[in-house]
Amino acid sequence: MTSTANSLRQGPDEMGRFGMFGGRFVAETLMPLILELDEAYKAAKADPSFQDELDYLNKHYIGRPSPLYFAERLTEHLGGAKIYFKRDELNHTGSHKINNCIGQILLAKRMGKPRIIAETGAGQHGVATATVCARFGFPCVVYMGAKDVERQAPNVFRMKLLGAEIIPVTAGQGTLKDSMNEALRDWVTNVDDTYYLIGTAAGPHPFPQMVRDFQSVIGRETKEQMMEAEGRLPDMLVAAVGGGSNAIGLFHPFLDDKDVQIVGVEAGGKGLDGDEHCASLTAGKPGVLHGNRTYLLQNYDGQIDEGASISAGLDYPGIGPEHSFLKESGRVEYVPIMDDEALEAFQLLTRLEGIIPALEPSHALAELVKRAPKMDKDQIIVMNLCGRGDKDVFTAAKHLGVDLEQ
Amino acid sequence: MTQRMDDAFAATRAENRPALVTFVMAGDPNFDTAKEIVLGLPDAGADVIELGMPFSDPMADGPAIQAAGQRALKSGQDMKKTLELVRQFRAQNSGTPIVLMGYYNPIYIYGVDQFLADALEAGVDGLIVVDLPPEEDEELCLPALNKGLNFIRLATPTTDDKRLPQVLANTSGFVYYVSMTGITGSALSNPTNISAAVERLNKHTDLPICVGFGIKTADDAKRIGANADGVVVGSVLVSAVEDGVAANEQPSQIAARVHKIVRDLAEGARSSR
Repeated sequence: MTSTANSLRQGPDEMGRFGMFGGRFVAETLMPLILELDEAYKAAKADPSFQDELDYLNKHYIGRPSPLYFAERLTEHLGGAKIYFKRDELNHTGSHKINNCIGQILLAKRMGKPRIIAETGAGQHGVATATVCARFGFPCVVYMGAKDVERQAPNVFRMKLLGAEIIPVTAGQGTLKDSMNEALRDWVTNVDDTYYLIGTAAGPHPFPQMVRDFQSVIGRETKEQMMEAEGRLPDMLVAAVGGGSNAIGLFHPFLDDKDVQIVGVEAGGKGLDGDEHCASLTAGKPGVLHGNRTYLLQNYDGQIDEGASISAGLDYPGIGPEHSFLKESGRVEYVPIMDDEALEAFQLLTRLEGIIPALEPSHALAELVKRAPKMDKDQIIVMNLCGRGDKDVFTAAKHLGVDLEQ
Repeated sequence: MTQRMDDAFAATRAENRPALVTFVMAGDPNFDTAKEIVLGLPDAGADVIELGMPFSDPMADGPAIQAAGQRALKSGQDMKKTLELVRQFRAQNSGTPIVLMGYYNPIYIYGVDQFLADALEAGVDGLIVVDLPPEEDEELCLPALNKGLNFIRLATPTTDDKRLPQVLANTSGFVYYVSMTGITGSALSNPTNISAAVERLNKHTDLPICVGFGIKTADDAKRIGANADGVVVGSVLVSAVEDGVAANEQPSQIAARVHKIVRDLAEGARSSR
């Protein structure tokens, strides 16, 4: 709340560092663009009309504030702490991704860069980007791994309906990280008119800061709504981390509230022993990729490994640099949840509360299910329900042995 | 170490011709073939050798060099073997400068101090690390310069006059002018723009200016070499390796393919003035 020398909310510094993490590790061709973006973002932040327009769109286009919902039956079922959900799955387009997209598209407009490019994994960020591009009349190019294009046909169709051009990426392994490489290659080629609308709180400075700021609306609202509902702050926050944008959005406004325990949940995939997981913070080590220093899944030679998770949205071998900083400072605890645990939580919430969560927040939910029963009944947990599960019913069916084709 | 680089450019300047700087990927398609390729480059006409350090995520490279890195990694190439390749080259050639080119993470994971010590010992003359702009000089550039290794920086069409002094400040050996905004292996931009850019750079530095990105033929080398201190070729050479691999050729045949192209390019460069 107050800015003191000890605040954990000061970062990044002028070099874009959160402690040793972050930075601007990009090719020279991009460096002037990154500096221009930094200047433009600073100017926008200081301009009340920018904030007014953002507030207006947050309210009337996205549908903010999202509700803070007391999950009465889940609380009763687990028999411990009171459970609240921050319901960002009710946003326009069905997840928190739109919060960032609406902020960045306003910045792109302000900078006079009308051609928008983005990367996407499962397609949620691609859909949110295509949505704001349609709203502002900007051409939109989305890079998506060739395998994901096949697996996520509904989202691909949605993006096309919204007017976006989808470019399947076959370079490398054709996954999310390769799509990010490809988007960077596009940006390095089309420097004059193109804005790279990055989907998570990672990449070169100022992206991690900017995405965090746009997502922090989640935490700010939560604080207010919690005070209104309970007259005090929660005891614990839980959120899923892939790149980490929904989590940093919830966590950041609470970082200096020392009594609020904070837990980030990574994708443990099929277990941390093999290589089929995405737990960069638990099982990776610091390295440099996509413009920033952060925890990465990599081998002894610094070659980046592929992640694996039941949830495509968590399937990234890196993590936003501020999370790396928060891990090392000890402020946030990061834990892995396995595919099968997430799938169980997915079904539990659906049956107890009538909410089908996305597989990403299902990871956070599985951790909450472990912790809530051990807490007192007068304690409070807030979990970020950052996306809805409509997109995941096919994956869930497959894993539950149900054939939807019949 | 700087000496070998300075001597190479002094020699080409004395002959009033541009230097031919050739890029190949270490370990592509495997260690032994790459060694045969690299050992023959000076005789084919290369004045400076850029040796790629393979990386899984080469963000500034086009499909040809991406594929070269993947072939190398698949064959088991790593940083230790790349330095070993330099060592074995140096045992047979003491004159041709070698510049290692790649991305920061494999160096960071190897350990910066250890890497610099081992690179010097192996006989490396300089480094080009694509994702380390001047803003991150403390990571590797300054330690490298302290140890006596050249740190060669890329200047690009987006590097304006205001930024240029910062880009050139800790650059040594030569300046690598990237002829276009884009990735390696794209189409060459307008030669008139390039020579204007080289002139602009010359106003800011006495270092040799080498131009790369998009140079594929002897004619390209001739045209661009007319006004630059050197021309850099890469994608066309690694594509030759790819063709040789596709045709199931022996290491000596693959090396011969590459050397033939280098001879053509050298001829083009030598006839540019």
